[in-house]
Amino acid sequence: MTSMPVARRRRGRLVWRNTLVGWSFLLPNFVGFAVLTLVPVVLLFYYAFTDWDVFGGAQWSGLANYRQLLHDHSFWTALENTLYYTVAHIPLTLAASLALALLLNRKLRGVAFFRTVAFFPYITSIVALAQVWNMLFSPGYGPINEILRWVGISHPPGWTTSSDWSMPAVIIVGTWREMGYYMLLFLAGLQTIPGHLYEAARVDGANAWQRFRAVTLPGLRPTTFFVTVMLTIGSFKVFDLILVMTNGGPGQSTLVLSQFIYQKGFVENQFGYASAVSIVLFLICLVVTVVQFAVNRRRSS
Amino acid sequence: MDALLDARPSAPAGLAAPRRAGRRRSRAWRVLGYVVLAVAAAAVLLPFYWMVMSSLKTNNDIFTLPVKWVPDSVVWHNYVDIWHKSDMTTWLRNTLVLSVAVTALQVFTGSFAAYGFAKVRFPGRDVLFLAYLATIAVPWQSYMIPQFILMSKLRLSNTLWSIIALQAFGAFGVFLMKQYYESIPDELVQAARIDGMSEYGIYRRIMLPLSVPALASLTLLTFVTTWNDYLGPLLYLRSHSIWTIQIGLKSFITTYNAEYALIMTGSVLSVLPIAIIFLVGQRYFVEGIASTGLKG
Repeated sequence: MTSMPVARRRRGRLVWRNTLVGWSFLLPNFVGFAVLTLVPVVLLFYYAFTDWDVFGGAQWSGLANYRQLLHDHSFWTALENTLYYTVAHIPLTLAASLALALLLNRKLRGVAFFRTVAFFPYITSIVALAQVWNMLFSPGYGPINEILRWVGISHPPGWTTSSDWSMPAVIIVGTWREMGYYMLLFLAGLQTIPGHLYEAARVDGANAWQRFRAVTLPGLRPTTFFVTVMLTIGSFKVFDLILVMTNGGPGQSTLVLSQFIYQKGFVENQFGYASAVSIVLFLICLVVTVVQFAVNRRRSS
Repeated sequence: MDALLDARPSAPAGLAAPRRAGRRRSRAWRVLGYVVLAVAAAAVLLPFYWMVMSSLKTNNDIFTLPVKWVPDSVVWHNYVDIWHKSDMTTWLRNTLVLSVAVTALQVFTGSFAAYGFAKVRFPGRDVLFLAYLATIAVPWQSYMIPQFILMSKLRLSNTLWSIIALQAFGAFGVFLMKQYYESIPDELVQAARIDGMSEYGIYRRIMLPLSVPALASLTLLTFVTTWNDYLGPLLYLRSHSIWTIQIGLKSFITTYNAEYALIMTGSVLSVLPIAIIFLVGQRYFVEGIASTGLKG
């Protein structure tokens, strides 16, 4: 009878000790993480409802920022362009990276070399890459239009100098840069599909396309889901690539939400208004992610 | 289709005749596979080829009709001139200092915290981890303004410390290391505890030696991310003397906007260290990416 409280006290001491030890491990990272990420995220929700420019501090202004947003043409252009980028970039990158992964999963010679090559753009700095691509896209003398003319297109597009073609140019570079990274994720996913499933499908007389639909795609579902979520967030927040490559131009043809925030906050010093736009960006990412999780859960049940 | 769509190579099956037909068809697919691979490799490599080639040309030879895919004669003087015309030395030094400092801090704090998350059980641990996890869905672009105001109040902006603070405590290191530590059996840790080893001893003498591949992945990925970061330095580093290579190169491009050969030379120099690191440690890059699916 007396052993019960003693055991409980001993367990209580163990929990206490573990908590101390556990926190001591987390602390060095957590302090930085809390101060530089958690606190700013919380502050964002306050700043977004204030009027704050270079003169004086933040003044509570309720929904005034959002009323201003509704009538801000640049904001709607930025939102539209962000959607344009997202809607084109996600399927293109998904298709390219999955196709490359399927190809590399074969026993072909040179696969290891190509895997290295395809991943390299992803870890190369955006400043250098954007500059090279701008030169490649140069309308009159650039090699891309030279190739297009050689193929028989007599009036190739003006790419980054044309407001119709600047966004496609940025999307091409974005896809080119990221496909190697997502390809690696798909390759890792393909390794988890058991080989006997293919044998079974083959015995059942399924042709290659049917096997792809019935075995490969379902087997890749978790990977595809993860890749889609990452791609979506990545597309909505696209920033440095556009900033360096086109700076939002020509005109406002490639102005995106992140750049609009930067413009308002760091160039025009309207911290409150820029925070309100940040909230919009944050909510879009949150809602899209939640919807994707919900759809994924319904499909898997 | 056979060769392209299946994830696994097929086992030989069936009678002799279909097998022969199948083999012929599979050879056709194989050839097609190589063609696609070659075209894709060319497309991926073209910009890098162009970058290097242009840095070895005179400025007038870069934009010509028809395009000169190979320089008439290789010109090396761009690689001498760039050091006089830009502060390349300062930029590279600053970037190196930052990358090393950030990497050291991230590897230490990340792996240390990951041990707490993976191997020590205490109340509130999982909620805390959720807070880390949730910030992945929050784009940095949406809280860069409050973060900037905070850094300014801490008097960190416009110092190299701002970039260290910005990059060193990311959640990425925690994820990568936690993932790896969880693959190490708890029994091993338990046995060490029974032997009287402290948690810090277990971390240092058992976990660290066992997680060298993951530590290598984290080191390389963090180093490269910091080296390539453009937005952080753009917001925080105003004085020219603390510029990094990315922001310096960008300003060089704006200043000398028609000196294409020099611009490409600077680009090559900014990419070269990363290329070398990547070629030496590519296994760790691939493993690091494949195991977490995230990057810093």
